[in-house]
Amino acid sequence: MSQHIVPQRTYIFVFLGLIGLTMLTTGVAYIDLGPLNTVAALVIAFSKMLLVVLFFMHLRHSGGLIRVVLLAGFFWLALLIGLTMSDYRTRSWTPAPDSWSSTAPPTHP
Amino acid sequence: MTEAEAHAQPAGLAHQFGDLEQQQSAATLGIWVFLVTEIMFFGGLFASYAIYRWLYFAAFEGGSHVLDIRLGATNTMVLLASSLTMALSVRSAQTGNRKATVIFLIATMILGGIFLGIKGVEYNQKFVEHIVPGLDWSPEGTVLSRLAPGGLEHAQIYFFFYFAMTGLHALHMIIGMGLLLWLVVRAHKGAFTASYFAPVEVVGLYWHFVDIVWIFLFPLLYLIGGRY
Repeated sequence: MSQHIVPQRTYIFVFLGLIGLTMLTTGVAYIDLGPLNTVAALVIAFSKMLLVVLFFMHLRHSGGLIRVVLLAGFFWLALLIGLTMSDYRTRSWTPAPDSWSSTAPPTHP
Repeated sequence: MTEAEAHAQPAGLAHQFGDLEQQQSAATLGIWVFLVTEIMFFGGLFASYAIYRWLYFAAFEGGSHVLDIRLGATNTMVLLASSLTMALSVRSAQTGNRKATVIFLIATMILGGIFLGIKGVEYNQKFVEHIVPGLDWSPEGTVLSRLAPGGLEHAQIYFFFYFAMTGLHALHMIIGMGLLLWLVVRAHKGAFTASYFAPVEVVGLYWHFVDIVWIFLFPLLYLIGGRY
């Protein structure tokens, strides 16, 4: 488990990979890819995160319990962002009728 | 078994654990659960960032344009280097190399300090250019003035996000630096051995997490401006 000792050069290769990806993402920001710029930036950031989690944080040699905890965290984060965005992006699909306007005087029977 | 033997236990083992390996597993699980709560803590900011960037896309691009991409990229590399030294420090602790553990911990602190220093230079620039939302907001002299009417107000929201997210991140860095200092003292005194190094491992996991937050902050804040 966490007693597994990773060779020093593995950490150095991972670090060089991270630096390379940082230069790549910075370079891509100067090229016009339209909406793909954001996609590329996020894909690269996600790859960097995987490198850090798997090697620096030893997830590669961690037990199943820790993987489940981390996956649960990502699941709830996906719910947080996914459901919130789906709410905001679909509000305009069904405009509220004018009669629902908050400025209309309340009607009590 | 005599009374003395019953209480003889390895250095660093708390009495509620059977052995050091069980204690280390519990500590590692504990910090991962804490890091998941941190994911949700920062996640709230990332979710609101996503909403406002979608609503005020042009203003967010304009705001991002004001940031210095070179300082941001440099800071990213400094922080990645600090993660490397942190990982090497944990490895040195695993192999029972006390001197290397201390040296790598100090290197991590120095790199963290450089990061915070560059961050301070950037914050200072924002005050010089009067683009601090709420406190000192008169961005007419910057490229932000090219935004469409109403865009300045929306750009102010971008800078609220900039300061809230990088500020919360910097606070985590400062806490991490304090933890590193505590580790340096303990490691120097020889508190850690090849079988007991859980505190180094736990602080290392926290430090890498803070690094990951920055890995996402850098593209989302600095790189969305379209520099072409």
